[in-house]
Amino acid sequence: MRFKGSDTYVATDDLKLAVNAAITLQRPLLVKGEPGTGKTKLAEEVAQALGLPLLEWHIKSTTKAQQGLYEYDAVSRLRDSQLGDPRVHEISNYIVKGMLWQALTADTPVVLLIDEVDKADIEFPNDLLRELDRMEFFVYETRELVKAKHRPIVFITSNNEKELPDAFLRRCFFHYIRFPDKETMERIVDVHFPGIKKTLLREALEVFFEVREVPGLKKKPSTSELLDWLKLLLAEDIPPDALRSKDRKTIVPPLHGALLKNEQDVHLFERLVFMARQNR
Amino acid sequence: MLTGFFLKLKQAKVPVSIKEWLTLMEGMQKKVIGPSIDEFYFLSRTTLVKDEANFDKFDRAFAEHFKGVETLLGAEADIPIEWLLKQAELNLTPEEKALIESLGGWEKLMETLKKRLEEQKGRHQGGSKWIGTAGTSPFGAYGYNPEGVRIGQDRSRNRSAVKVWDQREYRNLDGDTELGTRNIKVALRRLRKFARDGAPEELDLDATIDKTARNAGYLDLHMRPERHNAVKVLLFLDIGGSMDDHVRLLEELFSAAKTEFKHLEYFYFHNCLYDFVWKDNRRRHAERTRTAEIMHKYGHDYKLVFVGDATMSPYEILQPGGSIEYHNEEAGAVWMRRMLDVYPRAVWLNPEPEQLWPYRQSIAVLREIMGGRMYPTTIEGLERAMRYLSK
Repeated sequence: MRFKGSDTYVATDDLKLAVNAAITLQRPLLVKGEPGTGKTKLAEEVAQALGLPLLEWHIKSTTKAQQGLYEYDAVSRLRDSQLGDPRVHEISNYIVKGMLWQALTADTPVVLLIDEVDKADIEFPNDLLRELDRMEFFVYETRELVKAKHRPIVFITSNNEKELPDAFLRRCFFHYIRFPDKETMERIVDVHFPGIKKTLLREALEVFFEVREVPGLKKKPSTSELLDWLKLLLAEDIPPDALRSKDRKTIVPPLHGALLKNEQDVHLFERLVFMARQNR
Repeated sequence: MLTGFFLKLKQAKVPVSIKEWLTLMEGMQKKVIGPSIDEFYFLSRTTLVKDEANFDKFDRAFAEHFKGVETLLGAEADIPIEWLLKQAELNLTPEEKALIESLGGWEKLMETLKKRLEEQKGRHQGGSKWIGTAGTSPFGAYGYNPEGVRIGQDRSRNRSAVKVWDQREYRNLDGDTELGTRNIKVALRRLRKFARDGAPEELDLDATIDKTARNAGYLDLHMRPERHNAVKVLLFLDIGGSMDDHVRLLEELFSAAKTEFKHLEYFYFHNCLYDFVWKDNRRRHAERTRTAEIMHKYGHDYKLVFVGDATMSPYEILQPGGSIEYHNEEAGAVWMRRMLDVYPRAVWLNPEPEQLWPYRQSIAVLREIMGGRMYPTTIEGLERAMRYLSK
């Protein structure tokens, strides 16, 4: 099993190597990077490229590690016992399998995505150490040991909101998705909009990278914003000339709302354009 | 050779463990990578470094250890001819293509190249015939011959390995650098982490029992929001002189995180804490707050954060009347100790680089008063400070 990138996802050489190393050595791959650089997409694409099913476990601030293994629904069992339901005698009726359990016991190897691991409580990664290391865990309620039939390919994404514990990091491979340079960006756009006019793309990319350079932006536009913006430009059939200007700093690019998602950023941007116009 | 690399990483303060090192060895054994130093660079980075803040340190250590190795490897590796062809085609401009004609056409050029490849036995640098680097032969990288076929000079894909780590692209992700606009966001997150804690709901056992009993024994669950660990902070900022820029930065930082704190109060002082502080720097002489009043007003569950360079004459701290602004009856040190008695959770953030601290007597004095809890205003220092405060 080797990942070679796909028709819909541009993977750089170092990313491909990291994915393949993680697959071969059966370690989870921790992926970090700016929002919108395709961290979550990576797992989807790898699953598709290798023809494996994808299980997604999205982490929220309230998620507990145990929920990924299983949950014992004591409340409904208690309720059933009060209502005299015969199901109550079998404890396993009340065990709800979590994503990790499903991934371990699947008939084929699967790709497991643990999305935004940093959103969870600080102890969350620590609680998963043994499970991710040995790929097994014990169910106390039914006294059974759940063991991996096939080790799943695990992708973990993080937005860097919390520091992850060392013990956890040591068990993972790590890849930081850098913001793509102009050439990689052209390839990415090409994959998504194969028919795009060359001139429009060139102008748009220049505007895009200029907007990214604006100092003080709260949220710099990223790849996904660029793709949205291009989609809009194409839908509105904006001619490339509209993006081109002798002094590009003095015009507000059309549909810039797709690039800047934050009111303050839009204001800042418009103010800068206004100032540039006055200084002319 | 490789163990030396491991030790070098340790030396460069990249946090690597033996387990990770063994994983890398396992990867080499299972042939995850080919005999290429680029791939080795990527594999070792992905296995050994787990934080982009350490990428820069890693790059530097890597460059230092593997200096000169890439040329050695280049000699042993075969150069696939298809790759050369593709490479050459990609890099050629119409003018260059015209120049190729001057050598007798494309086919001829490739033919000669093939022949030379066969002839050539070892690594080669310089000269005017053999394939290698820095020569004037038409074949090889970084040469001066306009007709040259570039070998291994693909910039966009960083195939020339040295570049990747020599570029030091991750420099401003390094946690040890000073706070700036780039990393202020990260710092803010650290502060937020410090301010927020705990899950939103917990089982209200008493209410559940009560309601269940009233419900004729049928279960009726009740949840209640868990008490948030609402952090209260008293911020004391040293103002005036060279520290203004740093102080403004930190003030902005804290007020940006303000919504996350239950209470955030800030006061200014000059150089050292005495019996007065003030809230508005422009009216510092008119509207003062007595330090004693603060101690009475705010409970001892407040956490104390001092921000200042602590650089002054030691007399300003230790002697009564040492203040440069007015005659203080009690020494700054006395006031500091008093504050620390009331507020045991206290840190001092110092924008001066940590390396300079040992050379400033006043810093040493204040640090001792603070019980060693003085931290630099780097991301990493801020983190240590917050970790202490949230303990």
